Amino acid sequence: MDEFDSTTQDVAVLKEPLWKLARIRRWIGHASFHVGGIAMMAAQLAREARNRWDSAEIIHQMDALGVQSISITSLTALFTGMVLALQTSYALAQFGGKLFVGRVVVLSICRELGPTLTALMVAARVGSGITAELGTMSVTEQVDALRALGASPIRKLVLPRVVAVTLMLPVLTLLADFLGTVGGLFIAVAEVKIGAAFYLSTVQQSVHLNDVLHGLLKTPFFGFEIAMIGCYNGLGASGGADGVGRATTIAVVVSSIVVLMSDFFLTKLFIILPLGLK
Amino acid sequence: MTTFSESAVMRFVKGDRPPGSPIIEFKRVVKAYGSRRVLDAVDLVVQRGEVLVILGGSGTGKSVSLRHMNGLEQPDSGEVWVDGVEVSRLPEQELVPVRKKAGMLFQGGALFDSMTVFENIAFALREHTTWSEEQISARVGEVLGFVNLGRDVERLLPSSLSGGMKKRVSLARTVALKPEILLYDEPTTGLDPVTALTINRLIVDLNERLATTSVVVTHDIVSTLFVADRIAFLKDGQFIFIGTPEEAYGSDVPDLRAFLAAGESPE
Repeated sequence: MDEFDSTTQDVAVLKEPLWKLARIRRWIGHASFHVGGIAMMAAQLAREARNRWDSAEIIHQMDALGVQSISITSLTALFTGMVLALQTSYALAQFGGKLFVGRVVVLSICRELGPTLTALMVAARVGSGITAELGTMSVTEQVDALRALGASPIRKLVLPRVVAVTLMLPVLTLLADFLGTVGGLFIAVAEVKIGAAFYLSTVQQSVHLNDVLHGLLKTPFFGFEIAMIGCYNGLGASGGADGVGRATTIAVVVSSIVVLMSDFFLTKLFIILPLGLK
Repeated sequence: MTTFSESAVMRFVKGDRPPGSPIIEFKRVVKAYGSRRVLDAVDLVVQRGEVLVILGGSGTGKSVSLRHMNGLEQPDSGEVWVDGVEVSRLPEQELVPVRKKAGMLFQGGALFDSMTVFENIAFALREHTTWSEEQISARVGEVLGFVNLGRDVERLLPSSLSGGMKKRVSLARTVALKPEILLYDEPTTGLDPVTALTINRLIVDLNERLATTSVVVTHDIVSTLFVADRIAFLKDGQFIFIGTPEEAYGSDVPDLRAFLAAGESPE
């Protein structure tokens, strides 16, 4: 920053690339620190997972983080299916392919949009909730109180949330796959004027178990990432309400990006591996 | 209640409590945040059975020193001994026995928001004992009695408690596991004078009744004089005075004299 604050504009212009380089270096430093911190927390989690699990707390978290997300993920899936049917019907009409609407909708939803959009909605709702809750606990010394009482914050706070989100995201996705297809059906019948029976028969012919599994198998990874990033940022929050707000924003942004990035790599991995999921 | 107050005053006046064996020891403890050395090679001994008050201004590292005593913080160098165990290098899971031995009362109470008063107090009992729910319930009632609260508060959430009640419930939670050492972080900060007096009485009472050792971090002179057997005054990362309240008043350490004078007559 000193270089950039120079009084001479020429000097500032000359030194601007250096300043930008320093920013990039700082950003990489932050990102590395973040990744390292989450990796260390994952190692602690693996150690703690060997101890007794608090099943009541896990069930409570499955309800709070999973069941209570049903409305938001269902609405997202329903309207995504509807808009997908609407858009593809116009696009396919140019080639006389309106009858393939069901095929496009169901494959897009099951293989890609269902898992990804559900994960993004969960990242927004659950990731932010986890960070805000744990962040508030951190800044009000409740996490320190847990440690002072001889309990492990990783076992009491992180483990139930990570297990709950990892288990519930596939369930939410399965529901989203179904509702997305139903959304497409509404538009196919109401707008595109395809019969419901015909739409459903094209769906039935197009979609195979592999397509559903291809999307579904990615979701436990997404759930794990969202919960870990939320917990890590929450437990690391400091500096009162401002710090909790900042941590929450970072958690949602980072987990959304990580979901989209890992979606690509997991898709590629499932194609490469001999799992029959191409 | 009067008897506790009188006993505290008598102990202050007489100052004749026999020194016990060391239960907590700091040996050349250094803790820095960035370039700022909060604890600069400090030595400190807490005697078994005493009430030691760590006195000092805001931001001088009083709470940091307290948090070293149950391993919530680890020093950059030096050693912290708690009841014969060197705790400064122990991993988190090996600190559990130390933390069961040294209970801590946090400044804001730090009660778990999502749990009722009963669940807060029962937390450590459920975590560390194999007691039945009846035994846990009996112990919760007993420790609520220690802090002069009835069983009617058990079902309340922390959000519906006043500041003083939160501190008392937190104190009940801290003593539930029968710790040998009680660590108090600013126990009277933010409380009205009457509630603060109640907390001060509880500190003295619990130290007597439960035969514990107490370390109290505060900048409150009235509280200090009420509870302290000895005072350790922290300034610029060093304990520049350690002694009884009488010795503190006779001390020629300028910072301590100024602190005591300002605390007694703030105007």
